[in-house]
Amino acid sequence: MAASGLEDTELLRLREEVAEKTREIERLKLMLAEGNDTKAQQAKDAPPTLIESGNIQDIPTFQPADRLDKPAIARYSRQLILPELGVKGQLALCGTSVLLVGAGGLGCPAAVYLAAAGVGRLGLVDYDSVELNNLHRQVLHTEGRVGTPKALSVATAVKGLNSTVQCVPYHLQLNSTNALDVIKQYDIVVDCTDNVATRYLLNDACVFTNKPLVSGSALRLEGQLTVYNYKGGPCYRCMYPTPPPPETVTNCSDGGVLGVVPGIIGCLQALEVIKMAAGQEVSYSQRLLLFDALDGTFRSIKLRPRQASCVVCGDAPTVTQLQDYEQFCGAKACDKTQSLRILQDNERISVQEYHTVLSSGAPHLLVDVRQPVELDICQLPNPINIPISQVSRPEQLQQLKTAVTCKVQQLEQDDHKLPVYVVCRQGNDSQLAVEQLRNLLSDLPVHVTDIRGGLMAWARKIDTSFPEY
Amino acid sequence: MSKVTISMANSVNISLEFSGGAELLFDMVKRHDVTLPENSQPWTIKSLLVWIRDNLLKERPELFVQGDTVRPGILVLVNDVDWELMGELEYQLEENDRIVFISTLHGG
Repeated sequence: MAASGLEDTELLRLREEVAEKTREIERLKLMLAEGNDTKAQQAKDAPPTLIESGNIQDIPTFQPADRLDKPAIARYSRQLILPELGVKGQLALCGTSVLLVGAGGLGCPAAVYLAAAGVGRLGLVDYDSVELNNLHRQVLHTEGRVGTPKALSVATAVKGLNSTVQCVPYHLQLNSTNALDVIKQYDIVVDCTDNVATRYLLNDACVFTNKPLVSGSALRLEGQLTVYNYKGGPCYRCMYPTPPPPETVTNCSDGGVLGVVPGIIGCLQALEVIKMAAGQEVSYSQRLLLFDALDGTFRSIKLRPRQASCVVCGDAPTVTQLQDYEQFCGAKACDKTQSLRILQDNERISVQEYHTVLSSGAPHLLVDVRQPVELDICQLPNPINIPISQVSRPEQLQQLKTAVTCKVQQLEQDDHKLPVYVVCRQGNDSQLAVEQLRNLLSDLPVHVTDIRGGLMAWARKIDTSFPEY
Repeated sequence: MSKVTISMANSVNISLEFSGGAELLFDMVKRHDVTLPENSQPWTIKSLLVWIRDNLLKERPELFVQGDTVRPGILVLVNDVDWELMGELEYQLEENDRIVFISTLHGG
């Protein structure tokens, strides 16, 4: 029938039209999805806003979730099925704000496990920028981020690992004027710093704001860990009411540190934070963990309780506001080696002057007061090596006197004194050594001076191929 | 003639350990097993510190002791317990005690 034929044609046309519209819809849906993805990707890739001294209060608001969505359950599934954590613990963790102070050897491993485990907000404070000599232990930074602020570098790394964590990087030096404003936005503070002054500052700020302080430290092949100011336990000042004399404090740049040692301590700090946030008992309140990497031993020490006599957390505190901690400790709130000025300028020579001495072949003695292991790294020609700690030892002194006597014979005129130049890495120990050697060699015809700025000045000003460390 | 009796405390064998950098003052040796000689008074941490300064310290005593106690920043442990819980300087040493001197670390 003709009518039926027309109907068939009409149906066919309609079907084709529907098919085309469906394809159009799919195409539009795809475009929409791509657009959303790009936006989401851009949001993920965008570096987090860096908080600096001017905008401490401008941190994004933190709205903890009241339930775990499907992606969160998938992400945390392997820890969710632990009865010790469970959904309740995970939700508590996701609702916790943690402030990490120091984005270095301790801060990197602590940050990576806290972010991976799903802490809600992670504040990262560091005034410093990434250097090549950080990378052996500060494992979240990259070669490409050398020169960028450490806090931003860690935030970038952490965002790539878990974009659901709210990262707040602070590029600033924490001090007594800003510490309380920063800390009050967080529930738990993690001390990953590298100097005594900041450790006392964080302790006092945590006592005043009633926050627990998870404190770690590492040097050479040893690490230490304690949780302070937690549930009535002792604070840092209960343990150490008086700061150590500055000359007894060694930093990583002078003492050295094996990267995995702060790595282990930083991981344990993250563990204590996770347990605390998830409502489990912590292990190191009123306890000290001592880790000896050379012996491979962990030792747990029972510590004193909170001290009634403590000036900050005791029964009658006399320190009731933050103070000047650099003054209190007699040391700067950083781990950079400070330049000493013990000798007068005319008692020292420059690297240029020593370069001239060396080129002319004039008789002299070079005494290198670094550790033998440092001479293996780099040295100037023909040094006599006497480590600074051994300058006054009889056997070392005898070796030096013999060398002096031998060289004195090379002097052209008897009335001349033999120049003895003392060198070290940066020009601090060399000054201390000059002071000692002047007395110890007073019976010999010598003139003892040091080389200003040491071998690092030599590397910068005379021989750029000379290693810096 | 009056007879004076002096009661002598026996000698004591103890082990001393230094860590956290304190071993740098003791030729890098972390553990020292020592015998404290007979003494007119029982050995305490206080008298031990004097003995260490006179017999064991290799360099710069001011980096270890200040006055009659350890310098600030050194924690003393008696058999793995903070010495504050054990009587500090007055703690009386016993045979086979392990006394540890830890310099606190600040690096990170």
